[in-house]
Amino acid sequence: MDGITKILYDMSAIALSPATAAFAIAAIGLNVHFGYTGLLNMGQAGFMLIGAYGFAISVMNGLPFWLSVLVAIAASLVFALILGIPTLKLRGDYLAIVTISAAEIIRMVGRSSVLNALTGGSNGITGNSYRDPFNSLSPFPDGQTTILWFTYDNTGVNGWWIRIVGWSLVAIFATFVWLLMRSPWGRVLRGVREDEDAVRSLGKNVFSFKLQSLALGGFLGAMGGVLYILPASLQPDSMGRSMTFFIWTALLLGGAATIFGPVLGSILFFALRIAVQGLAGLFIPSSIMNSQQTEQFSWIMVGVALMLLVIFRPQGVLGNKKELSFNA
Amino acid sequence: MPDLSTNSRAQLAQVEAVPGSSKPDPILTVDNITRRFGGMTAVDVAHVEVQRGVITALIGPNGAGKTTFFNLITGFDKPSSAPKLFGGPSRALAAKWVFNGRNMGNVGASKVAQLGMVRTFQLTKALSKLSVLQNMLLGAKDQAGENFFVALIKPLWIAQEKANTDKALELLERFKLLEKKDDLAGSLSGGQKKLLEMARALMSDPVMIMLDEPMAGVNPALTQSLLGHIQALRDQGTTVLFVEHDMHMVRHISDWVIVMAEGQIVAEGPAETVMSNKAVIDAYLGAHHDTDLGDDSLLDEGVSQTPEKVTKDPKIDQETHS
Ligand SMILES: Nc1ncnc2c1ncn2[C@@H]1O[C@H](COP(=O)(O)OP(=O)(O)OP(=O)(O)O)[C@@H](O)[C@H]1O
Ligand SMILES: [Mg+2]
Repeated sequence: MDGITKILYDMSAIALSPATAAFAIAAIGLNVHFGYTGLLNMGQAGFMLIGAYGFAISVMNGLPFWLSVLVAIAASLVFALILGIPTLKLRGDYLAIVTISAAEIIRMVGRSSVLNALTGGSNGITGNSYRDPFNSLSPFPDGQTTILWFTYDNTGVNGWWIRIVGWSLVAIFATFVWLLMRSPWGRVLRGVREDEDAVRSLGKNVFSFKLQSLALGGFLGAMGGVLYILPASLQPDSMGRSMTFFIWTALLLGGAATIFGPVLGSILFFALRIAVQGLAGLFIPSSIMNSQQTEQFSWIMVGVALMLLVIFRPQGVLGNKKELSFNA
Repeated sequence: MPDLSTNSRAQLAQVEAVPGSSKPDPILTVDNITRRFGGMTAVDVAHVEVQRGVITALIGPNGAGKTTFFNLITGFDKPSSAPKLFGGPSRALAAKWVFNGRNMGNVGASKVAQLGMVRTFQLTKALSKLSVLQNMLLGAKDQAGENFFVALIKPLWIAQEKANTDKALELLERFKLLEKKDDLAGSLSGGQKKLLEMARALMSDPVMIMLDEPMAGVNPALTQSLLGHIQALRDQGTTVLFVEHDMHMVRHISDWVIVMAEGQIVAEGPAETVMSNKAVIDAYLGAHHDTDLGDDSLLDEGVSQTPEKVTKDPKIDQETHS
């Protein structure tokens, strides 16, 4: 394979990967918070991490698969209540501060050596300690399948099964959010985003709606977290502030307050980063930038891209400029 | 229903025109409500009642505390004299207000609106990035589709949504905003935003509507028709309390006028009585001014250098002077 073809292959492979689907679900959740309700959640990775821990620890302690998923959901809802009840009555910025710290607290507690037995401390939890119940649900026979130019195990650690489940979940959750946002319920959220007092004067319990929004987005974050660790391992340090930051980038890239924005944004986010890294590797001589540096370079470009987006195209690819601008 | 309103107005004729006078059928009764900002007392009302089923105007000079009073009554602000668990004012002196037979002391703003006391804001709060129609629909109350689980299933709320939409379009028509229904509310002019806010408040069929300067910035011809609409609302049984600086409008439609100055109620009564009241003239113009507030020369005086700018509606004048 020559260089460009390899880059194109890598881009398509990452676009389809379960991690991208996991990001898309977390970004759909963040979109409920920020895009539709105007809540500044700066700790979406915390919701993912709490879902991931809830699921992995439950499976390791012998709970059945579905019960473990329920534990992950319950953990995220409790987390949303704990964060929301004290802060949602205050001005929006407080939620940002509280969510970013709470997400860090989850990560710090998870990686502390005191909890080694439960969370594996800073080493996290290896995938094969919680993956089996999920893979055993796979209806596919053993072996490999090739579709288009992709060849993966049918089930395996990181095969077709997790991809199909992951992208089906993306479709289900996107539909779910679409159903909600076209309803009067979604209209109240959008009203809250514009002016809480106006919505209050019309007899809506703003606090309750914000709490529902926080819980829904947090639930989606937790589902993203479970999906994210299934084909990999649970590493608390890979689910920290930078992950929240990437989800934000994906959301703003695709377009907040749109249904497909977060999905398209996640795909573009990963595919474009791979493209930058690949192209840098191809065209920049290794005397200037070696392969490790091209990867770092691609992440730097992510940051630059986020800045450019917010300045020049705050509505992202799909968004409506009139509906989403930062000078609200 | 018209009977109720005519009756309520007739009852007012018996009421003594003194500050804090008691009404035969009060919908709102306020006691000891005080609001201080630092050392400054914005509102200090000992007692006031608002008669059910009539149009009451709340007037007073800039900074008199009218908006603050609205905020307190509707749960958007808390009185400094609110009863506290420890160390607050004694029971007899603590703030207490009763709306429609219900003590409203600890009722939050959204609950106040649900109970039927709906307000508009002096500085309009149009939801700019929602369309005009969406703004209106948000005003409807008891929407099944605002429940998270019901929202998911469109057939459960679509009928109600259709009914609300019809009602919204009818109101928009009346407020001359129908052509704008699909525009973002943020693109409306200042006067149009005022109209939208008033129309939106009416979506919930309030028991009592509180309008903070509803006609500020609205063109005179439309004002005329909206005044008619407000009177029609009253005739259907809605109680109206509005703040307004335009004395012509006050004289034209209010059944009762309450005057605030420096946070206190200084006078009450029918428009004609109040506007020639000494305390009121003092409050507006400073002491020793020898005139009547309803006097047109007062308006002309201020603009005598540029008479072409006087934009009074001759029709209102005729009606009020006749
Ligand atoms: N949030 C606040 N902080 C400090 N002072 C305030 C605040 N709100 C109102 N005030 C003061 O309270 C007084 C009453 O203000 P308010 O807005 O109630 O007047 P108003 O009667 O509505 O006047 P206008 O006719 O100009 O609208 C003013 O002197 C104002 O400066
Ligand atoms: Mg005011």
